[in-house]
Amino acid sequence: MFAVEAIGLKKSFGPRQVLQGVDLQVRLGEFVALFGPNGAGKTTLIRILAGLIRPSAGSVLLGGYDLAKGEEPTRRHIGVMGHQTYLYDDLTAEENLTFYARMYGLHNAAGCMATLLKQMGLWARRRDPVRTYSRGMQQRLALARALLHDPPILLLDEPDTGLDQEATPLLQGALVEADGRRRAVLFTTHNLERGLELADRVAILSGGRIVYQGERAALSNEGFRQLYARFCKSAPQVPEPARGFSENNLA
Amino acid sequence: MPDAEPLAVGHQSSAISHWPSAICYSPSAIGQIIAIVRKDIAAEVRTKEIFTAMFVFAVLSLVIFNFAFELRVESVAAIAPGALWVAITFAGVLGLNRCFVLEKDRGCLEGLLLCPVDRNVLYLGKMLSAVIFMAAMEVVTLPLFSVFFNLPILILPLLPVVVLGTVGFAAVGTLFAAMSVNTRAREVLLPILLFPVLSPVLIGAVKASGAALAGNLADAANWLQLLATFDVIYLVIGLLVFEYVIGE
Repeated sequence: MFAVEAIGLKKSFGPRQVLQGVDLQVRLGEFVALFGPNGAGKTTLIRILAGLIRPSAGSVLLGGYDLAKGEEPTRRHIGVMGHQTYLYDDLTAEENLTFYARMYGLHNAAGCMATLLKQMGLWARRRDPVRTYSRGMQQRLALARALLHDPPILLLDEPDTGLDQEATPLLQGALVEADGRRRAVLFTTHNLERGLELADRVAILSGGRIVYQGERAALSNEGFRQLYARFCKSAPQVPEPARGFSENNLA
Repeated sequence: MPDAEPLAVGHQSSAISHWPSAICYSPSAIGQIIAIVRKDIAAEVRTKEIFTAMFVFAVLSLVIFNFAFELRVESVAAIAPGALWVAITFAGVLGLNRCFVLEKDRGCLEGLLLCPVDRNVLYLGKMLSAVIFMAAMEVVTLPLFSVFFNLPILILPLLPVVVLGTVGFAAVGTLFAAMSVNTRAREVLLPILLFPVLSPVLIGAVKASGAALAGNLADAANWLQLLATFDVIYLVIGLLVFEYVIGE
């Protein structure tokens, strides 16, 4: 049984068909990086898997449970980090996490929050309103929010937006649950370098279809870049960085 | 890649609920409603956006009514109830709009939808927040209303009317505010959608207020019954349809 299984997913918005039959599986303990150009349908796929929108056709199984029967039983098992932070600007980091902890009914919320805030490097700023945070800090707090209830499944939609290169360990840390088990993680990104660094398996979504998926170990970075360029009919959106530099460092 | 761990074997619908976790959960509906209200109050205490807008609007409209009509003793009973409820409902619309815009910012509404929370809990939490914000505005506005319209400061029979009117307004308003927040013209759409549906509550509140101010308690009690009935109807409808309103 897979942790996440998308079977023949289709989604249309009016006349525009965004997903045209997506089949994708993620096992427990597996980190799958999903690449694709803008408009490929990555965000739509993540939102369907999270139960935020319903597919036009096809089905989603989370731990064998069909989402069509209702998302309610799956919510505590999924952590989602979307394009938006899901954080209240006028509340502090601590207040935001406390609120979500109450919504999830967490018992040991204070301990979880302290651990996550320290892990994300936000402990010193925990009592500042979120609106005073930089984009990268908000993104770290959004990751802490997604991890707060220690979900076995993590759906991350471009979580590296605004994060510096030093944040890679944070994303690696997100793979492991509180009891040391590895989560099932589906991660969309435009950052080929970071995605390849973290992934066990890679997939490319283009034109609403999974056009490639395979084990990360089977491909070199350069081989994957060429594959990506071929399937997406354009060069990778992140230029190959010089050794020792990253896109963010250069910026 | 590590081997996939075996998942609990069992009936398909119960498989995921048996997944192990190091975290203890016990979300209760009451706890979640209180969390939503506390969060809304904490945000409002910090910004004071909702209360300020509601209070200023309510006072301004009462002042305008006060100057627009020549208020003789005999005309007060006819004009005051209408003026009061115009001030309360329009100020309430401002508050409701703002309350849901805060949820829309940064996708917080989606964040709430991702939580293991019943949609009715969201509805009751947001409704309770709206009632509290309106009550705060009314606590300050009602004495000013009494001063402007030369009425006694404490009119006890008016209190149940204001309470039931506010609950009815919040019950319908929360539903329509959740509906209109996803549209671009939400500030315009909310009153257009809300007021026709709200008219039984508004009529009941105005009539009951008029009777209470005139000291006609039997008449006021009849209108209060009507108000209470519509409150219950709107609350039940809200609980039944909020899930569909807030969904995709």
